[in-house]
Amino acid sequence: MFRFLMKGMLRDRHRSLLPSIVVAMGVMLTVFMFSYMKGMFDDFFNNGAMYESGHVKITSRAYYEEKDVLPNDLAMENGAELMDMLRSEYPGLQWSERVKFGGLLDAFDENRETRAQVGAAGIGIDFFGPDTAERNRWNLAAGLQQGTLPQKSGDILMGKTLASQMDLNVGDEVTLISSTVNGSMVLQNFNLAGIIYFGTPPMDKGMFLADINDAKFMLDMGDWSSEILGYLQTSYYDDVKARDLAASFNAAHSDTSDRFSPEMIVMLDDAGLAEYFGYAEKAGSIVSFMMIFAMGVVLWNTGLMGAIRRYGEMGLRLAVGESKGHVYRSLIMESLGIAIVGTVVGTSIGLGFSYWLQEVGFDIGSMMGDSTMLMPTIIRAHITPAAFYIGFFPGVFATLLGSALSGLRIFKRDTASLFKELET
Amino acid sequence: MRSLLPFLFLGAMPGMLMAQPDADEILRRIDIQMVTESAEATATMVITNRRGRETRITSRSWSKGETTSLVEYLSPAREKGVKMLRLEDVLWMYTPSADRVIQISGHMLRQSVSGSDLSYEDMVDNGKLLDIYDAAVVGEEIFMDRHCYVLRLRAKEGSDNVTYAQRKIWVDKTRYLPLKEERYAKNGTTLLKNFEIRSVQKIGNRWYPKEMYFKDVLAKGQGTLYIVEDIKFGVDIPDYMFTKAALRE
Repeated sequence: MFRFLMKGMLRDRHRSLLPSIVVAMGVMLTVFMFSYMKGMFDDFFNNGAMYESGHVKITSRAYYEEKDVLPNDLAMENGAELMDMLRSEYPGLQWSERVKFGGLLDAFDENRETRAQVGAAGIGIDFFGPDTAERNRWNLAAGLQQGTLPQKSGDILMGKTLASQMDLNVGDEVTLISSTVNGSMVLQNFNLAGIIYFGTPPMDKGMFLADINDAKFMLDMGDWSSEILGYLQTSYYDDVKARDLAASFNAAHSDTSDRFSPEMIVMLDDAGLAEYFGYAEKAGSIVSFMMIFAMGVVLWNTGLMGAIRRYGEMGLRLAVGESKGHVYRSLIMESLGIAIVGTVVGTSIGLGFSYWLQEVGFDIGSMMGDSTMLMPTIIRAHITPAAFYIGFFPGVFATLLGSALSGLRIFKRDTASLFKELET
Repeated sequence: MRSLLPFLFLGAMPGMLMAQPDADEILRRIDIQMVTESAEATATMVITNRRGRETRITSRSWSKGETTSLVEYLSPAREKGVKMLRLEDVLWMYTPSADRVIQISGHMLRQSVSGSDLSYEDMVDNGKLLDIYDAAVVGEEIFMDRHCYVLRLRAKEGSDNVTYAQRKIWVDKTRYLPLKEERYAKNGTTLLKNFEIRSVQKIGNRWYPKEMYFKDVLAKGQGTLYIVEDIKFGVDIPDYMFTKAALRE
């Protein structure tokens, strides 16, 4: 029986090749679109985690209450001790200290007189720590357009557009006018070591990176820590893990009666992304469902068409003595075979395209123009375990359902006028 | 006895006239006490931040006329050598660590000086009240056991650059020092700053504040105490001190 079906399928390409191609294409599109959607949303959140919030963030309660105005004067004390504790008690995460500040960048001439001033945002990150992951996390080497990464204290990296706007070149000295945690105005000179392309227009237009120790010295912070960011080992944000971690940390180390006590906040709560995350999850599911449904309809139709096209063959097989149940089962078996082959091929191709988009990405930077929205300019897919089976829903079930429904006509088939039908 | 009456009456007349000076006269007398032709002073600011911690900043200042002044920070170590120079309406700041002279202008003038409750404008303000404000006496009160006139001040027409468009001041009736001030924004209802003279000193014939308290109502700190440690009036200050070039010396 199996050999009979296989021979039939292989010899009649209308029964095998075409339906398989249709199934494969439908499945490929489903898998690719699913991975693309997943990548788009995950990239958005990862971008936020990278630059802004980490997967979890530790600040003082007082700092967190006013975080929008960067209240470094409300930072946590004993930052070094806190970092040591985090590294020993929570070794499963990577911990990075950050300090954010703002001010006026002042470029000056040979007489040290101001020639250009621009408001800018600075972030102090750990450039020189022995086990720092910040250089890789910010992908600095890849983004470097001119100069070098910071080599010594006082070196900074500046966004490409900002440097161009101030007419600064690598090696130039620039003064930051800011204020210390005590409120004193401070003028600090920095050396422009490198010009970097962050890939997000607002950062390229108005941001620079300094070493965290330089930033803390400038702000007169001593051993205070404004923000400590934690990154889970998973490459993407895991809300359940993050919330478990925050609950355990806060229970052990946070004192609700002390405004300056450390408190751990998960990324979604910190960046106000919880609602957006929920929306993204729902939107992703809806789009995936619509894609699966649309493909299901197409593939169901393929199953229907295949079965209807073989109306005459069914009649002949009944006439030579095959039972209706046997013919129906063989139709289903054939359909299953085609669906599995098509789905496997479609999933493989879809995963292939998705993998390319995940690893290489698609640069839409030139299309974003003067956008000030903080979003990545490179679109990437994200292959999740679900991408390996998501195509089976439309690929196998819809095809099978189409064949099963159309095959029901076998049971109503009348062979009395068979030869007359065959003649026509 | 009768013959003495005219003399007693005549003797009392100046006192009666002085008891009711008009608002402009009160401002003029305040200006005599507070505005200096030239002065050299050492002062300490005691700033209590919103964590409740105290910072003390000591500075030396020189002033000449109403629009020329220089302030140099003496301590703490981090601030030492920072200088601020006011020439007319322009304020320059020099920081030795960066070896830069930066002009402070626009909204930066309204920023806090070293986290205190004083703005840069407050710091260099030596203008005569009589030139800036129209005044009206609105009452009399006792403040810190001193009899005071209460005056409402409104910036004169065309005084667009005035820091506080309206003020309410409590003026000591005998020393003519503004013991208390409420400084308001242009609308006259938004209180920006409170000011009090907590103790005074007599230098020659002049009464001058010894301890002043500033509170920026919009800031979250606990106020700033400004203590005049030492002040000399009428000192001879060379003009070169009030130049940009001298800031780097």
